[in-house]
Amino acid sequence: MKISMIARTLIIAATLSLCGMSAAVAASGSAKDPEHRHWHFAGPFGTHDKDALQRGFQVYETVCASCHGVELLSFRNLGQKGGPFYLDSCPDGFADNVDCSNPNENPIVKAIASQYRYQVVDGPDDSGDMVERAPIASDRIPGPYANEVIARLANNNALPPDFSLIIKARHHGPDYVFSLLTGYEDAPASVEIAPGQHYNPYFHGDMSQALKPEFLNAEGHAIDGVDVPPGGVLAMAPPLFDGVIDYADPGTPETVEQYAADVVEFLTWAAEPKMEARKAMGVMSLIYLLVLCFILYWSYRKVWAKLDH
Amino acid sequence: MSHPSTYNPGSGLEKWLDARLPIMRLMHDSLNDFPTPKNLNYWWTFGGILTVCLMIQIITGIVLAMHYTAQADMAFDSIEHIMRDVNYGWLMRYVHANGSSMFFLAVYLHMFRGLYYGSYKEPREVLWMLGVVIFILMMATAFMGYVLPWGQMSYWAATVITNLFSAIPLIGDDIRTLLLGGPSVDNPTLNRFFSLHYLLPFAIFGVVVLHIWALHVPGNNNPTGIEVKDLKKDTVPFHPYYTVKDGFGIAVFLVLFAAFVFFNPDGLGHPDNYIKANPLATPASIVPEWYFMPFYAILRAITFDLGPISSKLGGVIAMFASILILFVLPWLDRAKIRSMRYRPAMRLWFILFVVACIALGVLGGKPAEGNLVLYAQIATAYYFGFFLIIMPLAGIMETPKALPSSIADAVLAKKKPDAARSHASGGAQPAPAE
Amino acid sequence: MTTTDSTDDGEPTRRDFIHIMGAVTAAAGAGAALWPLIDQMNPDASMLALSTKEVDISSIAVGQAIKVMWQGKPVFIRHRTAEEIAEAEATPLTALKDTKARNDNLGKSADAEDANRRSDANWMIVVGVCTHLGCIPLGTSSGENRGDYNGWFCPCHGSHYDVAGRIRRGPAPDNLEVPPYAFLSDSVVKIG
Repeated sequence: MKISMIARTLIIAATLSLCGMSAAVAASGSAKDPEHRHWHFAGPFGTHDKDALQRGFQVYETVCASCHGVELLSFRNLGQKGGPFYLDSCPDGFADNVDCSNPNENPIVKAIASQYRYQVVDGPDDSGDMVERAPIASDRIPGPYANEVIARLANNNALPPDFSLIIKARHHGPDYVFSLLTGYEDAPASVEIAPGQHYNPYFHGDMSQALKPEFLNAEGHAIDGVDVPPGGVLAMAPPLFDGVIDYADPGTPETVEQYAADVVEFLTWAAEPKMEARKAMGVMSLIYLLVLCFILYWSYRKVWAKLDH
Repeated sequence: MSHPSTYNPGSGLEKWLDARLPIMRLMHDSLNDFPTPKNLNYWWTFGGILTVCLMIQIITGIVLAMHYTAQADMAFDSIEHIMRDVNYGWLMRYVHANGSSMFFLAVYLHMFRGLYYGSYKEPREVLWMLGVVIFILMMATAFMGYVLPWGQMSYWAATVITNLFSAIPLIGDDIRTLLLGGPSVDNPTLNRFFSLHYLLPFAIFGVVVLHIWALHVPGNNNPTGIEVKDLKKDTVPFHPYYTVKDGFGIAVFLVLFAAFVFFNPDGLGHPDNYIKANPLATPASIVPEWYFMPFYAILRAITFDLGPISSKLGGVIAMFASILILFVLPWLDRAKIRSMRYRPAMRLWFILFVVACIALGVLGGKPAEGNLVLYAQIATAYYFGFFLIIMPLAGIMETPKALPSSIADAVLAKKKPDAARSHASGGAQPAPAE
Repeated sequence: MTTTDSTDDGEPTRRDFIHIMGAVTAAAGAGAALWPLIDQMNPDASMLALSTKEVDISSIAVGQAIKVMWQGKPVFIRHRTAEEIAEAEATPLTALKDTKARNDNLGKSADAEDANRRSDANWMIVVGVCTHLGCIPLGTSSGENRGDYNGWFCPCHGSHYDVAGRIRRGPAPDNLEVPPYAFLSDSVVKIG
């Protein structure tokens, strides 16, 4: 039985070190963990807050859209079921043959499209030239830059990422984007920030590269007793300021925190416009499957009960 | 456990068909009246679960292919078109993406079950080897499927994995170029991966048919590992006893499946794959899907040169060896009996093996630095040691417990709480049906 | 997942109720799962977004016609001359092969007199797909063969349509379809 003692000890040791391993590595990381907030869309029954979506779109269009596109979204998406400007029925004064629940005929969406801050390029026209025209509902939402080269030229060689999927493309997306937007602060004294760069403790970067020379040893590493600050530097200056956007509803605070929360709501919807449908179907599916499990287990017990065993 | 056919064609049409194409007889004898040991536990439901997984993947895959565009500039957008515009497209895509994880979860449990109960041993060697073939085809299919969304992880996983082939001496680079259709991962790579990703599941289906055929010649193994001695006492017909039990197992499995699809559909994926592939920027860390992580850890554990073999080639050899070793498993195991239920020492080594596999899985997802490399090397050493040293030696050195005289006896003994070997079945499996 | 029972007598009894229920529940679930698999083949949201089209007709001179794409099909928009209108209105129903209006803006029972083929006499708007086997008739661009009735002519099998898009001779069974449309202003028509 000696061999089994060895094996038993090994199992316990291996299991313990496995747990330690997972915990130890999880704790490391160079950026601050994003602040965890409760979101309206969180959880198995979470839905989008319509008002927040509309405000979030306003924040996006007024501020973010100066540099970031949402190339996977079309204007019509804004008026589809579950979208920020969906209408069940038309407001008074519309002809009978207009169906406002159809995103392509939704008057709010049509107005947003026709007055959007950017034009779409269409054509060629009869003379063979490309023409700029106001967008219509079926158009993709045009972005600020015609191509990547222009985007980089306008932004000190940094490329502003597209926002269609930004929430899904980052770990803990909603919390991360919110923390980043609200988390700008002055850089610690130990680091030197290059012009055109901005320090943010939530951004993933490597601040050891920015340490001032007096904090470095001969090999270029931080000297003992100096902590490398969390986070990194990015080309985007703090984009939001209190009062920079006027909300139509006077009851909603016009603060950076509120703007950031609203735009996260909007971007979360933009990353997965079918989330509400998914969760609704999920609840029904799980109820069905649990009933099926129960019935089949009962049936199974009945079948096997007849067996002499 | 071959048994005479009990099919009895009822109607004239059935008699007419039976004389020409006895397909109904085949179905009846293999799915309806097939004699199955009466003591199979829930670990035996994974065969049925895996069949369902394969069907789900093939059906949702065919649907997705109707909307997907296998072209480097459009692939990423076409996936988002499926997610946003196609009717129920999000459902098809989430089921297919999570389906691969569910498929691998089930196949790993199925394989561990075979390992624990000695289901690979004589006369089921071919059955086991066909299973390994299915596993390898699954890995190839899953890998190529992961490239199709053309996100950052897709692109860089394809780059890293195809680079493995360049470790082969002399012809490695040529093989890699041949696989990619160019000097780097690009549109030709995407096109051929799509073609093969569509083809291979049907190859898997074919091998599954052989796998089931090879199962029906010797019949099922069972938790005691002893042969069926008396068809009447030891076995029950597959239907209704195991159709209903498998059905229940499948339904429970689908609850887990649905929980992921509807409430955490991206939980098993990586956020970077929602960023369009960019050949100019590598993600901070390239991690494979969870089901490849143990093998990825083995690949990275070889950090040293072995004589003329470079560490790169060594890692590739170790990774492929860790899968191919399963083919010779039936001959590495020298034990006289099958089930570890009656092999107490071996059972502990087996549990340690499971822990080592999980540890490799965890390590495969972490950066290869510091002590983690050493841990991965220890776990890799144990992985191979388990097959190459412990398995052959244990068969010679161990003293197994007394086996029950028959399956029927084992089932009856279990009913008595003070039966001598009741503790031997603990932990690893739920009690068989009462 | 068949769970019907094989009891001694083979007849479903009260004891078998749960097995039947299991089979029925499983079959119902499989049936429900079938719908998404079928519905995914229906037109998706990006296709539906293109189901209407607004066309500027201000630059079409009298006697000319244009061809625009709508739902993957050509639509002919023809600015008719006074003589053409007079000729179309004078054509008696008895001279027609197909006496149904085939106008999506009207009921199915409307007859094919010229007034039922258009909402404004100056404009003839029809789907440019021959009702025989789906070819595109000639006659929209200037210089193309307009057929014996000065309308459109399908070169595939020789169907002749008049200026109201009605079939007059040849193998085509029906008049050219009139799509749903509405004039949003004097210069813009919304098709679909």
